[in-house]
Amino acid sequence: MAIIVGGETRLLVQGITGYQGAFHTQLMLEAGTRVVAGVTPGKGGSRVHEVPVFETVDEAVRDTGANACVIFVPARFARAAALEAVQNRLDPVVIITEGMPVHDAIEVVAYARGHGVRVLGPNGPGVTTPGQCRVGIMPTHLFKPGAVGIVSRSGTLTYEIVAGLTRAGLGQSTAVGLGGDPVVGTSFVEALELFNADPETHAIVLIGEIGGNAEEDAARYIARHVKKPVAAYIAGRTAPPGKRMGHAGAVISGTEGTAEHKVMALEAAGVAVAPLVSGVPALLKARL
Amino acid sequence: MNLHEYQAKEVFGRYGLPVQRGTVIERPEQVAALGLRYPVVVKAQVLVGGRGKAGGIKLAATPAEAAEKARAILGMDIKGERVTRVLVVEAAEIETEFYLAFVTDRAARRVAAIASAAGGIEIETVAQTSPEKIARSDVDPFLGFPPFQARALGRRLGFAGAQLDEFVRIATALYRLYWTEDADLAEINPLALVGGHLLCVDAKLILDDNAAYRHADLPASEELTPLEREAREHGLAYVELDGDIAVIGNGAGLVMSTLDLLAHFGGRAANFLDIGGGASAESMQTALGIVQRKPGIRSIFINIFGGITRCDDVARGIVQNPPRVPASIRLTGTNEEEGQRILRDSGIAAGLDADEAARVAVELAGGRAGKPGSR
Repeated sequence: MAIIVGGETRLLVQGITGYQGAFHTQLMLEAGTRVVAGVTPGKGGSRVHEVPVFETVDEAVRDTGANACVIFVPARFARAAALEAVQNRLDPVVIITEGMPVHDAIEVVAYARGHGVRVLGPNGPGVTTPGQCRVGIMPTHLFKPGAVGIVSRSGTLTYEIVAGLTRAGLGQSTAVGLGGDPVVGTSFVEALELFNADPETHAIVLIGEIGGNAEEDAARYIARHVKKPVAAYIAGRTAPPGKRMGHAGAVISGTEGTAEHKVMALEAAGVAVAPLVSGVPALLKARL
Repeated sequence: MNLHEYQAKEVFGRYGLPVQRGTVIERPEQVAALGLRYPVVVKAQVLVGGRGKAGGIKLAATPAEAAEKARAILGMDIKGERVTRVLVVEAAEIETEFYLAFVTDRAARRVAAIASAAGGIEIETVAQTSPEKIARSDVDPFLGFPPFQARALGRRLGFAGAQLDEFVRIATALYRLYWTEDADLAEINPLALVGGHLLCVDAKLILDDNAAYRHADLPASEELTPLEREAREHGLAYVELDGDIAVIGNGAGLVMSTLDLLAHFGGRAANFLDIGGGASAESMQTALGIVQRKPGIRSIFINIFGGITRCDDVARGIVQNPPRVPASIRLTGTNEEEGQRILRDSGIAAGLDADEAARVAVELAGGRAGKPGSR
């Protein structure tokens, strides 16, 4: 069954007529995803890779029974696209768009919460359940169906680690990209809850990076609730101290946010933390 | 983007927030023409914190004294930042200091108002020593920060009567500024009681770079080096470091892990450039131009794992602007066969895995490559 997306997913692509939208629609179709509709205002009635394009999400849902959405529109239109998807109860709403203003993301996340809809991103690679469904941009050929769940703040590091797991003979249940922006729709803890409850996921890989305290929250959750083996990688051990931290931001995150602090918190929770990306598969295998 | 105090106060003024009269100057002689009421305070305009302790804020009783203080502060080095401007403001008799800020709380995924009756010192210090003195009020983005919520926050700080009304006006205006200008942080510290009225004695404003397109009227950032600014104009994220290996990667996480990887093999990055998602051949070409312009580059490490970025696009960019220093290239992911073919046809090797390519980049820079770590 995996998590978030699978064979039951009927996907709607916003921005399907754009360069990235059209390109990845083709790759999602090739990965076996049921892409049932596209939406681009002004381009209704056309087709992209045989997928019908509609003027509005409302029409697309009525006509095709779409139940999930991926967004490829430019940053300045992403807020409206995501709100339209949430209002039509598409779930999940996966925002690939990079460069979305933070206040726009705050509004989308608050609106989605009110509607009980899961948002992934913005600025994420999407979510893939290998062999069943790819929503977003994760390269299909790297994956192999299996029992390792992956949750990550970084797109490219996810690909890197999935490729390593596949080479090591460790297939994946679902890979979830949370997105790299300061405010994103789904946290590590929420994704861990889903993996923890999923009988087809037997082990979990967590891929974090410096900034914020989501990894520390994840460590607390793992210590209390997760019995499945967990391996992790944290990027940014040698990154220079952040230029972007504001005063009151530091109040909220306290001393949390550095790679050392995250690694310590995860190790204290019994997580195996790899010093190099390439070390993750062997560490996880040793725990299986 | 972090604004200087004088820039933040210009924005504050537009939202009706009370600030002292004052002017920013670049030369001490300009003091004479200011027409301010004395005494005045001369304040270094730097983006780093702790300028008061570093001697960057001075009181002056006369124009002559103000010019003298300005001369002393201009050109000063405060934590590595050179002072090129001072703000001269009319001095205020401060009775009590408060703290007020709106901030994006990434963990809660919302905006929070943070306030304290213990103002004038760094809020982290208050959070550590007396967290009970910090009041927090979460904002519903669809409601904004209505007067009743501001009033409740003001009461928790002990305000009453006309001062409570003033606090409500300031807090609601600060929220309006925070939201309208797409700020990550809008902070008043101290929010001071002066002659029975509230005054924004210092102002800090950090703006969301992603929203810059909505605010063409705001000043350009001064935190960036010329190359960093040029990269940003091309939609690329570029940061300068102090090693000798230029790094190009795609995605913040991958780039950070690339720096960690170079360090693991005994190398040091000179800079890094994140070409981001969906990079075109043109952006790769531009990226190569930018990273190699920094003096002292001895090798270049290109680490690309294609997702939304297509390896064939990246390879075309590399071929159109081949590296001038020895390069180690790792290229895999979406359209990788086509990408590697384009590079091979131009005589450029790119078949290495990430660890191997990092080791080669360190060797090319003349460093002693350490042995591969745990794998």
